[in-house]
Amino acid sequence: MAKFEYAPAPESRAIVDIKSSYGLFIDGEFADPAGGGAFKSVNPATEEVLADIAEAAEADVDRAVAAARKAYTQTWSRLSGRDRGKYLFRIARLVQERSRELAVLESIDNGKPIRESRDVDIPLVAAHFFYYAGWADKLEYAGLSGASSGSPRPFGVAAQVIPWNFPLLMLAWKIAPALATGNTVVLKPAETTSLTALLFAEICQQAELPPGVVNIITGAGETGRLLVEHPDVDKVAFTGSTEVGKAIARSVAGTTKKATLELGGKAANIIFDDAPVDQAIEGIVNGIFFNQGHVCCAGSRLLVQESVYDDVLTSLKRRLGTLRVGDPLDKNTDVGAINSAEQLARIRELSDVGEAEGAERWSSPCDLPDRGFWFAPTVFTSVTQAHRIAREEIFGPVLSVLTFRTPAEAVEKANNTPYGLSAGVWTDKGSRILWMSQQLRAGVVWANTFNRFDPTSPFGGYKESGYGREGGRHGLAAYLRTEDPA
Amino acid sequence: MTERLAVKKTYKLYIGGKFPRSESGRSYPVADAQGEFLANAAWASRKDARDAVAAARKAFPGWSGATAYNRGQVLYRVAEVMEGRRAQFVDEVAAGEGLSRSKAERAVDESIDRWVWYAGWSDKIAQVVGSSNPVAGPYFDFSVPEPTGVVAVLAPQSSSLLGLVSVVAPVLVGGNTAVVTSSYERPLPAITLSEVLATSDVPGGVVNILTGRVGDTAPSLAAHMDVNAIDLAGAAHDHGNATQLELAAAENLKRVIRAPEAEPDWAAQPGLNRITSFLETKTVWHPVGT
Repeated sequence: MAKFEYAPAPESRAIVDIKSSYGLFIDGEFADPAGGGAFKSVNPATEEVLADIAEAAEADVDRAVAAARKAYTQTWSRLSGRDRGKYLFRIARLVQERSRELAVLESIDNGKPIRESRDVDIPLVAAHFFYYAGWADKLEYAGLSGASSGSPRPFGVAAQVIPWNFPLLMLAWKIAPALATGNTVVLKPAETTSLTALLFAEICQQAELPPGVVNIITGAGETGRLLVEHPDVDKVAFTGSTEVGKAIARSVAGTTKKATLELGGKAANIIFDDAPVDQAIEGIVNGIFFNQGHVCCAGSRLLVQESVYDDVLTSLKRRLGTLRVGDPLDKNTDVGAINSAEQLARIRELSDVGEAEGAERWSSPCDLPDRGFWFAPTVFTSVTQAHRIAREEIFGPVLSVLTFRTPAEAVEKANNTPYGLSAGVWTDKGSRILWMSQQLRAGVVWANTFNRFDPTSPFGGYKESGYGREGGRHGLAAYLRTEDPA
Repeated sequence: MTERLAVKKTYKLYIGGKFPRSESGRSYPVADAQGEFLANAAWASRKDARDAVAAARKAFPGWSGATAYNRGQVLYRVAEVMEGRRAQFVDEVAAGEGLSRSKAERAVDESIDRWVWYAGWSDKIAQVVGSSNPVAGPYFDFSVPEPTGVVAVLAPQSSSLLGLVSVVAPVLVGGNTAVVTSSYERPLPAITLSEVLATSDVPGGVVNILTGRVGDTAPSLAAHMDVNAIDLAGAAHDHGNATQLELAAAENLKRVIRAPEAEPDWAAQPGLNRITSFLETKTVWHPVGT
């Protein structure tokens, strides 16, 4: 099937005003970092330098944590739940009002298609703030305090470190429940995607959020480590790699800090022979090529029942041939840019390993732009469970295909991983869906759908995909002390 | 008439529903609170700990797959069988903890009642902590609790029965299987509990009990890659050791209940934390349509 010829339909950049340099957002004000360090943020689709971003050093982390502590003791913990909620409602409304600006900026800084930042990321950000805004004055109904105690109490200062794949959405997942429950936060965005977090800081100012309740400090891994290990932090929330998650689990050992971790995945997307094929193909594509595969819960291992293997592969390749890879700001684009040169190198390396280990590589025939970081949608067949591409998280648009004969074999292969974040099941048989959902050791099971998110729906992993849940009533537990007499 | 010669019991480990000696061949003398010899107990080794983990893993599919009603019945049965051995438990708790008879009786009664309390949670916890999630779209979306897996439990050192039951029952009620290290100086109630478990419909391997030095087995359990969670209750008073165990547990991101600074009052009404700490929330989505 040939691609339809579409004229380019680029979203205008005029709505965003990117400054040449950004400071740190501490105690309600933008300030220069103590050491004066900075790094550059790059548009991954063009390699154009977007801005200089302040690099927070130890003294800055100290200042940010001190500001959050002061705001916690003097302001935020004294505020009623109703007023906390009203600030969050304000923020939600401002996100909606400035949604176009946020979406364009997200696509420029991250490389994801505008269709996705406009239709998925930013609407979910607003929805998250709306959802948790409503919880702020209802915490005693959440069933999280013991039978004898009253309203559950917040931890105090939360250190939050987020990844680059859904920059503003991950910020919302962290900040909305933390503030609703009465904590104050110091958040560090990923170093390649700081811009929407800094725009969010402006939104906090616009909402007249009391200074110090939200502090945003930019920097790389070292800044994150300093923040997480800061002695005056009570709670650590991290989304990112399992490797860093383990380091954080070690760093909080022996302390009273509570950690929640949302880490890597290697999800199986399981296609049974009675699955509605056209829907399943869309689900496979959405599962691994959504957001360039930069998704911790991506369906990166396709398990296809043997009897339909040929049909599924043929349809899948045909569909992949129609995906438009290119300018993230073009409204027709399906697959955008890889977020950074480092990530592109990692995807290339693991794909080369896949070939070297004997898997067969097929890439969608598409023209990639000359500048920027790009990787064509790629499918590996003849993959075995021992292959690194079937075991390691690639975090890119690369799908590994394996086969199975029986439901039990599908379950065994799906669960044969140290991860346990998500899984997909495609079948027309209701009882099989429910049986599979029980058997799969994963925190989220999408049946006849994939990569759906909602603020009311708890999300998080089993095993080495981390612990704690984000979203829903369960997401409150990550930010509240639960009374525990014994 | 000569006095009858007593039949002395050999105290062994409880692994996979059987009562093996330690593979190390070691045992250690157990004394009462006054220092008088009571018995020799098996001194578990690292290998025993690994065997216990293998047994717990093997038992996991059956126990986690049992109906909540069935698990509740089995745990209630533990209370019933304990009640029949009440006098023996009172003797052991009184001797080991140096309690008066009446205090020992209260501890034993509370231990039996604690099984009853937890037994009742088996088919209620999912309704209390699960949810139906009103997502903004045409999907049916629900969240259910599932057991974390194999849980290592360092039972309290002081409260040899009530503390033990208070940390083991909540692990089991959610469908996990357990490897338990008992109090080192006061292991006899744990050994008797293993005999209760063996005769009360708890499938072999669901609970495995190791006596001996916690320092010998706990590091292996904390570092074991097939253990999913660990309760450090037994490391109270020993912050340095608890930290080392938490560090080891990070290697496969075990769920950890940290050691309290001092042993809590186990007679207090428990909350849900010990159940929910060893449950995972699973969320399932399905489209709604015609």
